Amino acid sequence: MNVESAAGAAYIVAALLFIMSLAGLSKHETAKAGIGYGIVGMAIALVATVVLVVDEAETLAIVLLFVAVAIGAVIGLWRARIVEMTGMPELIALLHSFVGLAAVLVGWNGYLEHKSFPSQALEDIHNAEIFIGVFIGAVTFTGSIVANLKLSAKINSAPLVLPGKNFLNLGALVLFVGLTVWFVIDPQLWLLIAVTVVALALGWHLVASIGGGDMPVVVSMLNSYSGWAAAAAGFLLNNDLLIVTGALVGSSGAYLSYIMCKAMNRSFISVIAGGFGIEASGGDDTDYGDHREITADDTAELLRNASTVVITPGYGMAVAQAQYPVADLTRKLRERGVDVRFGIHPVAGRLPGHMNVLLAEAKVPYDIVLEMDEVNDDLADTTVVLVIGANDTVNPAAAEDPTSPIAGMPVLRVWEAENVVVFKRSMAAGYAGVQNPLFFRDNTQMLFGDAKERVEDILRSL
Amino acid sequence: MNDAAVPETSGVDVLDAAVPALIGVVTETSPGETRVAATPATVAQIIKLGYRVTVESGAGALSSFTDEAYAEAGAQVADHAAAWAADVVLKVNAPSQTEIGELEDGATVVSLVAPAHNPELLDALAARPITVLAMDAVPRISRAQSMDVLSSMANIAGYRAVVEAANEFGRFFTGQVTAAGKVPPAKVLVAGAGVAGLAAIGAASSLGAIVRATDPRPEVADQVKSIGGEYLKVDVEVEQSTDGYAKATSEDYDRRAAEIYSEQAADVDIVVTTALIPGRKAPVLLTAADVASMKPGSVIVDMAAAMGGNVEGSVPGERVVTDNGVVILGYTDLAGRLPTQASQLYGQNLVNLLKLLTPEKDGQLVLDFEDVVQRAVTVVRDGEKTWPPPEVKVSAAPAGPATPAAPEEPKEPAKPASPALKYGAIGVGILALFLVNAFAPQPLPQHFTVLVLSVVVGFYVIGKVNHALHTPLMSVTNAISGIIVVGALVQMSSDDLAIQLVAFVAILIASINVFGGFAVTRRMLGMFSKG
Repeated sequence: MNVESAAGAAYIVAALLFIMSLAGLSKHETAKAGIGYGIVGMAIALVATVVLVVDEAETLAIVLLFVAVAIGAVIGLWRARIVEMTGMPELIALLHSFVGLAAVLVGWNGYLEHKSFPSQALEDIHNAEIFIGVFIGAVTFTGSIVANLKLSAKINSAPLVLPGKNFLNLGALVLFVGLTVWFVIDPQLWLLIAVTVVALALGWHLVASIGGGDMPVVVSMLNSYSGWAAAAAGFLLNNDLLIVTGALVGSSGAYLSYIMCKAMNRSFISVIAGGFGIEASGGDDTDYGDHREITADDTAELLRNASTVVITPGYGMAVAQAQYPVADLTRKLRERGVDVRFGIHPVAGRLPGHMNVLLAEAKVPYDIVLEMDEVNDDLADTTVVLVIGANDTVNPAAAEDPTSPIAGMPVLRVWEAENVVVFKRSMAAGYAGVQNPLFFRDNTQMLFGDAKERVEDILRSL
Repeated sequence: MNDAAVPETSGVDVLDAAVPALIGVVTETSPGETRVAATPATVAQIIKLGYRVTVESGAGALSSFTDEAYAEAGAQVADHAAAWAADVVLKVNAPSQTEIGELEDGATVVSLVAPAHNPELLDALAARPITVLAMDAVPRISRAQSMDVLSSMANIAGYRAVVEAANEFGRFFTGQVTAAGKVPPAKVLVAGAGVAGLAAIGAASSLGAIVRATDPRPEVADQVKSIGGEYLKVDVEVEQSTDGYAKATSEDYDRRAAEIYSEQAADVDIVVTTALIPGRKAPVLLTAADVASMKPGSVIVDMAAAMGGNVEGSVPGERVVTDNGVVILGYTDLAGRLPTQASQLYGQNLVNLLKLLTPEKDGQLVLDFEDVVQRAVTVVRDGEKTWPPPEVKVSAAPAGPATPAAPEEPKEPAKPASPALKYGAIGVGILALFLVNAFAPQPLPQHFTVLVLSVVVGFYVIGKVNHALHTPLMSVTNAISGIIVVGALVQMSSDDLAIQLVAFVAILIASINVFGGFAVTRRMLGMFSKG
């Protein structure tokens, strides 16, 4: 056994641990064990690689290596500690961009390292691998940056609609293929620069043309891309661990996106192709009628007399940081014997499972936090539904109006409940830019204002 | 993009120099009327709309609202003349001849008018230069539901009808098994499942009775069921209602329905009839013979007594006992028998109308004849008769058994791709994989083996992921994809400083990902707890 073979063996162990980690994370009971496997796997992989490198590299490189890992670790742990749970989507998008950037750098290094190859064919393949790795990495990088900016509301979340956007995307792909062929024939530095720029632009455009409301799928898709970027680097570096892990992340991310696309009734292909954002439906002159307002006191009264309450939170709850008072409200009502449950739409929030994380943060027991399908049939027998900062996910137009831009998207049928109280800052339309007829229903009452303050008002009144 | 939907936030701004209108709430003078057009709660809301409010002293006495309560809500309590001199007079019943004379020129009066049944009253009102808004002329469209007095009053009346019946009925409603013997539950038949009917069904079933209901509109069957009643279907084709009210029925239907009523009359203990047809005499549902077949001690509440009655032998406003001991109640003031509640709901209906008429919340009443609701309620404008209004169709009326096929189906993204195409694509993919591996030199085929197997494993391993764990899963896969750091680490072994520096940056950012990703996932998972 030499260092190389030991590292190879360690990689297989690490790969297996990663698979167990992903498997563990699909259930609550095993989730904690799952993350443990992941950490151990990563530690084994890192130690094995470092030992391998220390064996060969010069002193300066070793010092640089440890400094880089140390700085990265400090920054990473620090960010992870201070991030607000509501800011989770942005953070994850940002982390994806790091993987993308790292893949670009690894690809560039692959070019800079003028290796000698036993055959011309192998050199050609190597060059193609550089290109593919850099391309995927760069798309992931800018795509994630845009997703991060949109999620943190630093740029407008409305979809960017450039004329002929599909041709732009397609053109970029064709250009990529052409440049790859050229590069394989004649590996010039400027070609590498060109493909990097094309890929950066494509990544930017892909995500910019998707509306902010569809970001959960986009983040998941970028997660998948970051995996493929790692796998491409594995091909480049002849490293099976990278290929295994990258492919694992890539395919599981793609499958996760697919699940979410189904939940939103979107075409999976159009997500991968980007620009499936809703075309803003301009003139919406439909007369929806008047909405009715309710006060916090009246809402408290309603809740006090209710036998079953379902709370359907949305991004607005995250923005207002209302999860703690909502959890208090839940506790109080449950103490009074009211049956309180949560109905979570698959794409509520800006990240799949975003609401679950927030509610978990506020110590809402997860067995009363139900999925849309689990709760939808019970809504008709529910006394009060509290819609806290959700809009498109409870829009009856999706179920009833075939001309609506969100038609066919499965939604929480809250309007079947006896009473619906909608917490909202104003009557403005939701992320999808679609007006919500729910607000004008006879059994709906609007409670305007900051969701957190309103829920606290209700708590006081109870 | 939806500016129109954003509510007006501007309050009363300085530019509006106009004096806010004065609203008068007057005492009802019709005999037996116990309600009042505004309660302290609704007065406060009216004042929020920018108006000033004057309440006639003692107006709320019969509904248990004191003058002090009104004053506390911000109203001025004044005498009869002062209240009638207001710009806008709120009333429950239509003003009498003398009261019409007391109104100021240019005043607006809001009350129940029943314009279809009171043409002379309408003429008398139009003789004065005033505006009259009839609360009972609100069209039955979803948007106007918050102002629909007929609904809110019918709701109360339906409840009260059951309470009155229970009062007359010599037995429990609910069935019981006691030490002193078994008590059978009462059987209640509710004719007409409109608002009043549904309220009656709900009240009776929550008292424990067995409730059956009839209605010519088959679409109400679900509503009946939902509040605990059993819907008795009349197996005859009927026309769809377009205005939300039940229509007159066909001969076939009537014959079959009459049979049902006869069968039921002999069986049930209590009958509540609510059948009304707009603008016509109420249909007779229970004949004298049906009543005669009922058990002694049975109770009938004829809620349509004022409109001619659904029951032969009912007298408006009276309690009648038939020869065979059946009590027929023809009370016409059922809603007024719950005056506090009725006043509150009527007052709230008025407030909702005022909200519509005061778009600027500046205390200025504005009538917009383009708006169907405002058009419909205005029966007299400045002394000019504006009744009847143009017909309004109910927007939410059930669209008939065959829902109109959507002209443009949401384009299915060619999901059910033809099997040929699907298998073709799979075949091409597999062939490509085969060719690549067949011709590529090592180590490419080996890499592909690893790649393909990992893709399949990745797909299956998260196949049944719990929805709530999507975020932690994504976060952990993100951390794991930081494995790219291994690639950068390996590149450190190069002796080219440029490469080392690029690798340095790559390692740094990838490490952020690895450590940050795992730490944040742990933090998240630590929060999930089972209750």
